[in-house]
Amino acid sequence: MIEVKNVSKKFDSLIVLDNVSFNVGDARLIVILGPSGTGKTVLLKAILGLMSVDSGEVLFDGKSIQAIDESEIYEIRKNIGFVFQSTALFDSMNVLDNIALPIIEHTSASTSEVKDKVTQILEIIGMSGKEKLYPRSLSGGMKRLVAVGRALALDPKYLFYDEPTTGLDPIMRDRVVKLIIDLKKNHAKSGIVVTHDLDTAKAVGDEIYMLKRGKISKLKQIRKEVYNG
Amino acid sequence: MNLFSLIGDFSTFFFRSLFISWKIRTTKWRILEQVYYIGIGSLPIIIIIAIFTGLVSIVQTSYQLIGTVPRYILGTTLGRMVMIELGPILTALMVSGRCASSMAAEIGTMRVTEQIDALEIMAIDPYRFLNLPRIIGIFIALPILTVISEFVALICGAVYAHYFLNVPFSVFNYGLTHYFYAKDFFGGLVKSLFFALVIAASGCYFGFKVKGGAKEVGKATTYAVVTASILILVLDFLVALVIFG
Repeated sequence: MIEVKNVSKKFDSLIVLDNVSFNVGDARLIVILGPSGTGKTVLLKAILGLMSVDSGEVLFDGKSIQAIDESEIYEIRKNIGFVFQSTALFDSMNVLDNIALPIIEHTSASTSEVKDKVTQILEIIGMSGKEKLYPRSLSGGMKRLVAVGRALALDPKYLFYDEPTTGLDPIMRDRVVKLIIDLKKNHAKSGIVVTHDLDTAKAVGDEIYMLKRGKISKLKQIRKEVYNG
Repeated sequence: MNLFSLIGDFSTFFFRSLFISWKIRTTKWRILEQVYYIGIGSLPIIIIIAIFTGLVSIVQTSYQLIGTVPRYILGTTLGRMVMIELGPILTALMVSGRCASSMAAEIGTMRVTEQIDALEIMAIDPYRFLNLPRIIGIFIALPILTVISEFVALICGAVYAHYFLNVPFSVFNYGLTHYFYAKDFFGGLVKSLFFALVIAASGCYFGFKVKGGAKEVGKATTYAVVTASILILVLDFLVALVIFG
């Protein structure tokens, strides 16, 4: 379980996060909704320990990320997959190597085991047969799917998505949304989805929070039959 | 950032990159990749520079010495000049122009496109993943390039002396070997090891510190090459002072 407790952050005089609190339970997807530039990405980076907070704390299964050293933070991060808005794929590596990298770095899997794992992940994200392609030859939507695949590489407990559907065409957006729902339902991935897209929020969120002027507030549950078929 | 905090930050960055768990099982391939890129990739330019270094040096030396000293001194002078000074420093400056800039540009681009953040989130230490292989790679490649450069420069000097200055190979070789001191050769190599460290540290440091976009990446590459070149010259003096002073 992830507990975000009274987290505050400001840049100079600009308050970006003001006493933000919420929890992410098992197999639950929390959506943080809000217009662009309200600090949603800052919140995600603060939760991951990539950015310091002015006050408050973030607990992963009871461990405060503010009170542990770098090596322990790295251990916690192995349980988290992060899908960047920009995808942040390694442009010098093909799809296979992008997804394989965390597996090679953190496990002692053999080459064939790594390939099997990547093949399995590519099946889940619907990108089978695209192992040899480089990010430069993928569309924006396909890059987003590969980014999800890379986030899945270590089979993390939590997945964080930063604007997963922004800039995608409707068909690709539906595909990404269905993948997020599938990962939660069939692979028990909890996590946080940060978005300014109301349709995505409605479709994937178990709980929806609105972040505005640094304050967070919970919205009532919204129907999501549209994407559940 | 003032000069002292910059030096402090630069040194901390360098030691942070080197004194970490090497995780050799996965890092070794990245080191080999860098040795190949820096070593083999720089070889053509280094050979061209070495050819002309040898030719210019022999022309200048003969202009100043022929007629005043025995002709074998040409071999002695060229040998010591190339091994102590020209080989290490010109090779380092060339590799700095080629590699410090590419390191800064590559790492800087990774910074602005969040690829370094991605490494951190995947619990992969970017200092080990990006900096360590480059530092070790150039530490291995630069001395080898320096030796090749010295060899090529001496061969070219000897050939020019033989065909254009009437100095037979045997006479040139006598001058070269008779006054050969191992200290000259190894002193030059020690210099190249120090140069390797500052080239890699400058390239990685300025790439890592990029904030912003394409313009800042461009600035970082310039800072990396300028800083590496200045540090090479400063270290050249300091090492010379210690070894030959």
